[in-house]
Amino acid sequence: MNYFTQFLQFKPRFSVILSIFLGIGIVTSLFADPNFLHVSFDPTRELYEEINKSFLKHWKEKKGNEFTIQQSHGGSGKQARAVIDGLDADVVSLALTYDIDSIASKSKLIESNWQTKLPNKSIPYYSTIIFLVRKSNPKKIKDWDDIVKPGISVITPNPKTSGGARWNYLAAYGYAKRKYKSDEKANEFIKSLYKNTSVLDTGARGSTTTFVNRKIGDVLITWENEAKLALDEEKRSGKNSLEVIYPSESIKAETPVAIVTTTAKEKGNLEKASAYLEFLFSKEGQTIIAKHFFRPIDPTIAKSTAKDFPNLKLFSLSDLGETWDSAQKKHFADGGLFDAIYKTK
Amino acid sequence: MQIKTRPYKKIHFGISLGLTVFYSSAIVIIPLLGLLIHSLGIGISGILEVFTDERIRSALYLSFTVGFVSALLNLFIGFLFAWVLVRYQFPFKKFFDTLIDLPFTLPTAVAGIALTTIYSETGIIGSFFAEWGIQIAYTPVGIVIALVFIGFPFVVRTVQPVIEELPKELEESARCLGATPFQTFTRVLLPELWPSLLAGTGMAFARSIGEYGSVVFISGNLPGKTEILPLLIVTKLEQYEYEKATSIAIVMLLSSFFFMFLINLLQERASKKLT
Repeated sequence: MNYFTQFLQFKPRFSVILSIFLGIGIVTSLFADPNFLHVSFDPTRELYEEINKSFLKHWKEKKGNEFTIQQSHGGSGKQARAVIDGLDADVVSLALTYDIDSIASKSKLIESNWQTKLPNKSIPYYSTIIFLVRKSNPKKIKDWDDIVKPGISVITPNPKTSGGARWNYLAAYGYAKRKYKSDEKANEFIKSLYKNTSVLDTGARGSTTTFVNRKIGDVLITWENEAKLALDEEKRSGKNSLEVIYPSESIKAETPVAIVTTTAKEKGNLEKASAYLEFLFSKEGQTIIAKHFFRPIDPTIAKSTAKDFPNLKLFSLSDLGETWDSAQKKHFADGGLFDAIYKTK
Repeated sequence: MQIKTRPYKKIHFGISLGLTVFYSSAIVIIPLLGLLIHSLGIGISGILEVFTDERIRSALYLSFTVGFVSALLNLFIGFLFAWVLVRYQFPFKKFFDTLIDLPFTLPTAVAGIALTTIYSETGIIGSFFAEWGIQIAYTPVGIVIALVFIGFPFVVRTVQPVIEELPKELEESARCLGATPFQTFTRVLLPELWPSLLAGTGMAFARSIGEYGSVVFISGNLPGKTEILPLLIVTKLEQYEYEKATSIAIVMLLSSFFFMFLINLLQERASKKLT
């Protein structure tokens, strides 16, 4: 009885609390239902803004209806984890095949044979790893051998936290392994490279900032598109303090895309998702890709944009006799080669 | 007119208590339990392994030493700030008072980037030190600076009200009885302030150990040298090693809890002495 009257007395405040809860519920439900979500990694933000615009135009012409594509960008590994933990992505485009494989094996949201679903093993574009140095190249850096010399200060992100950094590492490792034809020499090479590294940022963009804005280091190892973006940025602000150096050889950094089949099916977006990803392989998609400094795979587009992408010898991960799984275990997992570099004893 | 009030009972399971328990469970207790359960998958031996791995051990050592040094600095800096803010009148006082809260509201990553810009060799302050051959950013010194920045509001905001409440008569009578200013400070004022100083410093210390955003930018993240514990957790997550990540988190959590508990005990003893 007592409690009941108390409850009645409490009523006005209680209704306030209740309406706050309802309000929160309504607001979150508005945000919780994205039409179509594309989860991607950091440096593709501008690329996909343009891709989305022209894809949606095509879609409207063909199907007559409209929808919006929401984009989410972040570190590749972080994004993969978000999808595993339940971020409702319809499609993903990540920096490493390993990250999509991880989604497939840990969450079953993507089929394990996802690479067979789209042309070219689901890789619509690739990039490579090159150097950025100070204007007029004061340390005379021409190739990988020059950056492991004593006295050179190298900037590269941490392979343990950054997908891009793993490409950097593998580019250097692959170069040494192909040149000296010995695992041991390649290990030595990598060791002296990271001895020269003065700052290990957590992501590729962070390293670019350290090198370009803080002016630390003699050479930045980075994605080709990231280097070109930095140059563009310099040009726009009227500065001219950087120079791109192409090494003799580097890695073919393949960045895959995949449909998150289970989620897309649940949301009824399967058709949109596959049309969207197929658009990346079309002539128009490939042209936009080339415009954003990613290397297109379509031979005719590649030919017409060849002047933007200097020729250098490219080796792929399989040329090194590795898969992502084995490379991850050997180099980057706990107790792997990268950890061994920093063992003092 | 009759005023209706509910009788106050010590044990009264009303709606307010219900809501408190519900919220603290949903927001604090259940997530922490989840953490514990997640890391139990790896077993006690797995958690102990955290201490045998050389890289983790050096990060553990670094995180706690820079945390301790910055907490100590914050104790003095924060106390000084609070003292000046309460005891002195100067122009724009309200402005400075508000400024103190900024480290609370600023995303720590922004603080980290700003501090790195200033303290790196090309920065305003960093270039000055660089002439003397002293590097600040990308060394433990840089980390301490970042931690002092994010930690000192804790000390200021816990000590400030206590200084405000100090009765003026206390000081005056001490001086009248012949105590020197120094004696007045150490024998009369400090014992009053000590508990709140400890509490503020403790919070700053705990915050320092878990700080990630600002530190990753200024530390350079070199394994064994400037790599902090929270970064190692991120590293493990990046390799999908959830258990190892959570076991490092558990170690951090337990040690932070231990230190906070210790400080609370000290604080209690200090305030008991007062009464």
